[in-house]
Amino acid sequence: MQKGSVSIAGYDLRTEPEKVRESIGIVFQELTLDRDMTVREILEYHGRLYSMPKAARQARVDELLDLVELEGKRDTLTKHLSGGMKRRLEIARGFMTRPKVLFMDEPTIGLDPQTRIRIWDYVRDINQQGTTIFLTTHMDEADQFSDEISIIDHGKIIVTGKSWELKNALGQDLIYLETSDNREAGELLKNLGSVKGIKEKTKGIVVMVNVDGTYLLPEIIDKLRSRGITIKAVNLKKPSMDDVFVHYTGKELRDTGTEKGSVVSLRTGGR
Amino acid sequence: MHTGFLTIYWRDMLKFVRSRPLLFASLVQPALWLAFFGIAMSSNFDRLTATLPATPGIRNVGYLTFIGAGIIAMTTLFTSLFGGTVLLFDKHWGLMRETLSSPIPRIHIIIGIGLSGMTKSFIQAAVIMVFGLLLGVQFFEGYTLAQILVSLLGIMLFIGAFSLGFLFLSSAIAITMESPEGMQAVTTLLTMPFFFTSNALYPANSFPPVLRAMSTLNPLTHLVTGIRYFSIGSNFSSIGVRYTYTQGEVLVSFLFLLAFAGIMFLIARWRFSKVTVT
Repeated sequence: MQKGSVSIAGYDLRTEPEKVRESIGIVFQELTLDRDMTVREILEYHGRLYSMPKAARQARVDELLDLVELEGKRDTLTKHLSGGMKRRLEIARGFMTRPKVLFMDEPTIGLDPQTRIRIWDYVRDINQQGTTIFLTTHMDEADQFSDEISIIDHGKIIVTGKSWELKNALGQDLIYLETSDNREAGELLKNLGSVKGIKEKTKGIVVMVNVDGTYLLPEIIDKLRSRGITIKAVNLKKPSMDDVFVHYTGKELRDTGTEKGSVVSLRTGGR
Repeated sequence: MHTGFLTIYWRDMLKFVRSRPLLFASLVQPALWLAFFGIAMSSNFDRLTATLPATPGIRNVGYLTFIGAGIIAMTTLFTSLFGGTVLLFDKHWGLMRETLSSPIPRIHIIIGIGLSGMTKSFIQAAVIMVFGLLLGVQFFEGYTLAQILVSLLGIMLFIGAFSLGFLFLSSAIAITMESPEGMQAVTTLLTMPFFFTSNALYPANSFPPVLRAMSTLNPLTHLVTGIRYFSIGSNFSSIGVRYTYTQGEVLVSFLFLLAFAGIMFLIARWRFSKVTVT
């Protein structure tokens, strides 16, 4: 820690690091499973590290193997598990000690859609049992599952809010236009009452509007045509989290590596 | 009391028993040393020293018996010095992060690895002793059962203290190093001076002064002294050299090993305090 202070689950990281460690769980981005241990042993070891009593440990292992559907793999060495099973085991491990706060780094990266859906099911289950979950993930997943989303760019939180709050900041609808004179078109539309803002793109402009775009669009088209501007292409859509991300970081998604910009989504323990 | 070290111990022993090639090699290798090197050398030494007049009234032991103790000591050195490698692999594969981010105090990792390495050394020493007795190593000659038990306890104490010292050293190196190859190179380099400046394979009293001084400061020499005292006796001769050990000398050797282990523990604790989870 370079500067500032960190407080997790009510404990200060600087003065009570042990208490903080007891309160948190971590699921790392890369797989961190010992190849030569069985599924049960992985969980057992984790529980022992956190001084869980034996009976509690055993009950918890049964419960979690049931949750992540690895009951049949109890005594299988982790090296014989598929990628999705390993990930599920890691998530089970992260939840082994019922941490107050669980950190997950890209829990669904590189997984097939089915496994991804199941993992989100577990995460939701865990969350409903009262664990706050911090995770980094793709925009669409953050949108779907989070209570609160923060966008981080170059290590700084740029914006935090609920999914709909972040999207509303961009307007109700986004209208994309390619015209014979984008600059002129932008100038014209900027002054319309229902237009929130204009963004220039490589080949066109995006008009962020406060009203239902389906009704505003004919008006826009008429206005541009009356000034002799030809419209080459039109697209209307609701803002997505991708748009929110681009809006706040000023980067196209395809250009951004994880270190440049990522989304942290937060689920408060919901009950 | 926090029993985190038992968790570390449990995992390491679990992996040791599970890894069949490792288990097999670590048990067979010292036996092979004794079988090949021991028998080859002892047939030479015993022929060369056959003409030397035996000191009357003193037990003369063959070379195989003489280096039996040396091979137990050598095996303990090698096993312990490489024992920390598991930590390097854990670090390398990211497995260490789980342990480091858990509430377990870091010294428990050092102690756990120390104890599991010590257990492995005990197992190996037992294998060598049994195998040695079959090959004709004359340990515990003329001892009563009670004396044998006391001697075994003494040997275990010496091996225990020695192996802890080197496991702490090994753990300190492992947690500091970046690559398994580097660790291999450093530990292999370290085995040389320890092994060859000791009295494990040959008498140290005819060494030149510098080597003799090194031998005196070498924990391996003190381990060999302890094992010979308990397994052969306090007054014997071998390959024409007479050995006498007083209880005081043996105690000093043991204290030396304890002090060595203590210093190595402090070094390991310091190295572990520098580790961060990334």
